[in-house]
Amino acid sequence: MSKRAAAALAAATTMVAVLSACGSGGGGAADSKGSGHKLTVGFSQVGAESGWRTANTKSVQDAAKKAGITLKFSDAQQKQENQIKAIRSFIQQKVDVIAFSPVVESGWDTVLKEAKAAHIPVVLTDRAVDSKDESLYATFLGSDFVEEGKKAGDWLVKEYQGKSDAVNIVELQGTTGSAPANDRKSGFADVIKTDAKFKITASQTGDFTRAKGKEVMQAFLKSQPKIDVLYAHNDDMALGAVQAIEEAGKRPGTDIKIISVDGVRDAFTAMSQGKINVLVECNPLLGDQLMDLIKKVKAGEQVPRRIKTEEGVFTQDQAAAALPTRQY
Amino acid sequence: MTKHRLFWPAVVLAALLLANVVFTPDFFAIRIKDGHLYGSLIDILHFGAPLILVALGMTLVIATSGIDLSVGSTVAIAGALACLHISGAADPASPATVLGAVALALGVALVLGAVNGVLVARVGVQPIIATLILMVAGRGVAQLVTDGQIVTVTSEPYKLIGGGYWLTMPFAILFAAAVVLLTSLLTRRTALGLLLESVGGNPVASRLAGIRATGLIGLVYLFSALCAGVAGLMISSNVSSADGNNAGLWIELDAILAVVLGGTSLTGGRFSLGGTVIGALIIQTLSTTVYTIGIPPETTLVFKAFVVIAVCLIQSPAFRAKAARRRARPGRGTASRPLTPENTEVGA
Repeated sequence: MSKRAAAALAAATTMVAVLSACGSGGGGAADSKGSGHKLTVGFSQVGAESGWRTANTKSVQDAAKKAGITLKFSDAQQKQENQIKAIRSFIQQKVDVIAFSPVVESGWDTVLKEAKAAHIPVVLTDRAVDSKDESLYATFLGSDFVEEGKKAGDWLVKEYQGKSDAVNIVELQGTTGSAPANDRKSGFADVIKTDAKFKITASQTGDFTRAKGKEVMQAFLKSQPKIDVLYAHNDDMALGAVQAIEEAGKRPGTDIKIISVDGVRDAFTAMSQGKINVLVECNPLLGDQLMDLIKKVKAGEQVPRRIKTEEGVFTQDQAAAALPTRQY
Repeated sequence: MTKHRLFWPAVVLAALLLANVVFTPDFFAIRIKDGHLYGSLIDILHFGAPLILVALGMTLVIATSGIDLSVGSTVAIAGALACLHISGAADPASPATVLGAVALALGVALVLGAVNGVLVARVGVQPIIATLILMVAGRGVAQLVTDGQIVTVTSEPYKLIGGGYWLTMPFAILFAAAVVLLTSLLTRRTALGLLLESVGGNPVASRLAGIRATGLIGLVYLFSALCAGVAGLMISSNVSSADGNNAGLWIELDAILAVVLGGTSLTGGRFSLGGTVIGALIIQTLSTTVYTIGIPPETTLVFKAFVVIAVCLIQSPAFRAKAARRRARPGRGTASRPLTPENTEVGA
């Protein structure tokens, strides 16, 4: 028993030593709690699996610097056990607030209870947990994928206002079963079902990738006699589809109107060339919002349980202006 | 005619294509659009070209009773290196830049193949383990190369490899056809094919007969990696971007499936290049069929699984014999290996 305790203690100290060694590069914030009012935040990121995620990380780091908050950053490399380890070490270091983007939805109760016992508030970003005990985290800041689908539908309804001809829509879904794919599909479907002229004639998964988006779109172009609108669940699939449409001798954005979600730089470039009609933003730049929230949580202010990131809808006339400022 | 080993795979391919006509009447129509051929059949060949190449390399590896799981990672690494080289160059559109990128990507692919070859042939690691190492690590390397981002390139000469046209045909189709032709000439007009089969069939006997198994096995892994490298260039060129995370994901499994559908036995000792090409086309046609007839994405995999099971059963002489309630039961050897075609004209 004592052997195990000793081993655990040794492991814990090593971890703290390693983490504080990493953190010391930021400028000796070891005992920020005692001296001054500088907040220390432990942030555990999912990983660096996409450009969107990298932009998300950078936004959080920059915002922390700007807000004068000491950020202890840990990359979980898409593994839950790494994230749990990181949160435990944050607790031992007595950070003021813990923020993290959960890799998966379940299995967080134990470690979140430890944080609660240590009186450290937890803020979730980008992704949610399915814990039944709502007292385990203070708030959840992130995108609402259903809302994104609805925005895409709203634009379409407005675009075809006053016209009575049938509108044939093809849909490129994200990875089958993923939350963004399910929610963007249902949000969009909810809005367009109010008008019978809108018809989704084909809907297939493009796995969120350019290659698949192009391949599926090529098949659609041949099997569907008339396509008026393409709704893609992310920009990469839309960009692949743009190529397929061009190779079929049609003009993307004119002959086939294109709605896409995310708003990465390449998509903005395509939109400034008129090849995409509208981009529903899924904003990874939630750093500033997160830092505000952390300050409020620490000050004991009441915050809403669910906060949606500020996200816009970009149309072609805004694309050229927005392009130079896109960070991802 | 039904005795020919390619008969049943060809029947399945034809049946799949005909099934599409029911839903899309002008499925077989091929038109000239913007100076190049345009139609569903062209699409199938075009998107099937990388898979044909990867499966071609896989066929030879499997003929030596090996397996190469690392091809998907090689696809990703080759595409990533080429796109990174082009996007970093001063003039992305110059042929010299593109040639440099191609040489770099294929050079690295050859090195990866050499690593596999040495591990399997010299060190004696089991092929599935040896190539698993690169399969797992390689995708990480590809993401490291691209820094986790999707690298987009605008370069007309590079676009030609996977997305361009030459003599009204997609260049990728012509290139894949040329590689298939060359490989079949090399393996079937020389003794090379026979030697590969003998190494796969019985390594000890081959060695005692004076065949240099080590060199041959190393060679097939080199060839497999080279094919995967070219496929990686095609895939990234077709969409003008490199995606380290997704390019060539699971293509090793599709390639193995193509080889099996084509009637090559996984136990090694024989192979059919023509069968592999048909197998790869069956897989690609299956995908197109799913999009054309609108099978919901949730059930796509089940649909594909049923087709694959059906193809395997139809190809099995034992199954056909049972189904037809023929008098003669097939021999033990074929009954226990239902994927192996009946005829035994090895190296024909």
